[in-house]
Amino acid sequence: MTDRANDQTGTLERALRGTAKAANGHTAAAASAAERLSARIASEGLADITYTPVDSPFGPLLAASTQRGLVRLAFPEEDVDSVLERLARRLSPRIVESPAPLEPMRRELDEYFSGARRNFELPLDWALIGPFGRRVLRVTSEIPYGGVLSYAEVAADAGSPRGSRAAGNALGSNPIPIVIPCHRVLRTGGALGGYGGGLDRKRWLLELEGALQGVQ
Amino acid sequence: MTVNGGPPPFQRFVDTHREDVWRFLVSSVGPAEAEDCFQETFIAALRAYPRLRAHSNLRAWVLTIAHRKSLDAHRARARRALPMEDPAALDVRETASPPPRDQLLWGAVEELPARQRSAVVLRYVADLPHSEIAAAIGCSEEAARRSLHEGLTKLRKAVSA
Repeated sequence: MTDRANDQTGTLERALRGTAKAANGHTAAAASAAERLSARIASEGLADITYTPVDSPFGPLLAASTQRGLVRLAFPEEDVDSVLERLARRLSPRIVESPAPLEPMRRELDEYFSGARRNFELPLDWALIGPFGRRVLRVTSEIPYGGVLSYAEVAADAGSPRGSRAAGNALGSNPIPIVIPCHRVLRTGGALGGYGGGLDRKRWLLELEGALQGVQ
Repeated sequence: MTVNGGPPPFQRFVDTHREDVWRFLVSSVGPAEAEDCFQETFIAALRAYPRLRAHSNLRAWVLTIAHRKSLDAHRARARRALPMEDPAALDVRETASPPPRDQLLWGAVEELPARQRSAVVLRYVADLPHSEIAAAIGCSEEAARRSLHEGLTKLRKAVSA
């Protein structure tokens, strides 16, 4: 190549790179194309999991749903990326963010937090819950609004009368807190016990439901 | 990053690569068709997605798909243009976006043969190294270098003509 040709190539390369970089509108255009993409994927049912943030008195919860129903509800302090990573590994990496499929769930949670709803009707997907956890959380999901059970009672009803510690662990790893009301399980005698989302929240939820008389 | 095999959540994959794919498509098929190609690219990626390994080069992979979609778009354009037999109709680049002073250059890029066009766009728009350009186009690294060189030579002629 002659010097002149070299020089021209340099100019040409700069021009090619320059236009590509200078087109700053591309960042916004790509972002909005990606948003339309996620909406389309969700509406055509091509995603295995959709997720969206949902406002709550505790801050934004992350709600994730499969075709079957709500599969995960994460508290605000849980790291979104690691929640999604775990869903990708356990269930499927076909995960997109889209509010539309979760709209009915958002509405039920809103109503619940404002005291207007006592029972959730939204469908649940138990895919993240193992066999023992399933027994424990089924019993838990039948505790009515305003009611409480002890860890020992839940364990007994789940078929493991001596398993209150194991029941406590299963409750602690509840992937759908609030909706599966593990906050309604207390120590024998009425002490709060533990809660994955923190004891303040457990107390707040029990107060909301009017279940706190006689409980410290 | 996902450990133990399996790619990251699809949304993260889109967030990471959407801009590269968008720039590539705007440069190779023009802004009017970029939207459709973008959607087609990522929908195709979604279908194949669960079969990917964690360590796959996702950027090269999605640009490979985008490259194929851009070829489809060019072929469709050629089919639409042919039956009219009106030379003016062959110039379907009425699309707006690139600023006027670059229209000549990017018009010339669109006129390049498919492989050269993709090589040029992947190199200067998506900033890929030669090895990844080769992977995206599906040729050897040497062939990719050659396509790039030939593409640049044609462009130089076109813009200095």
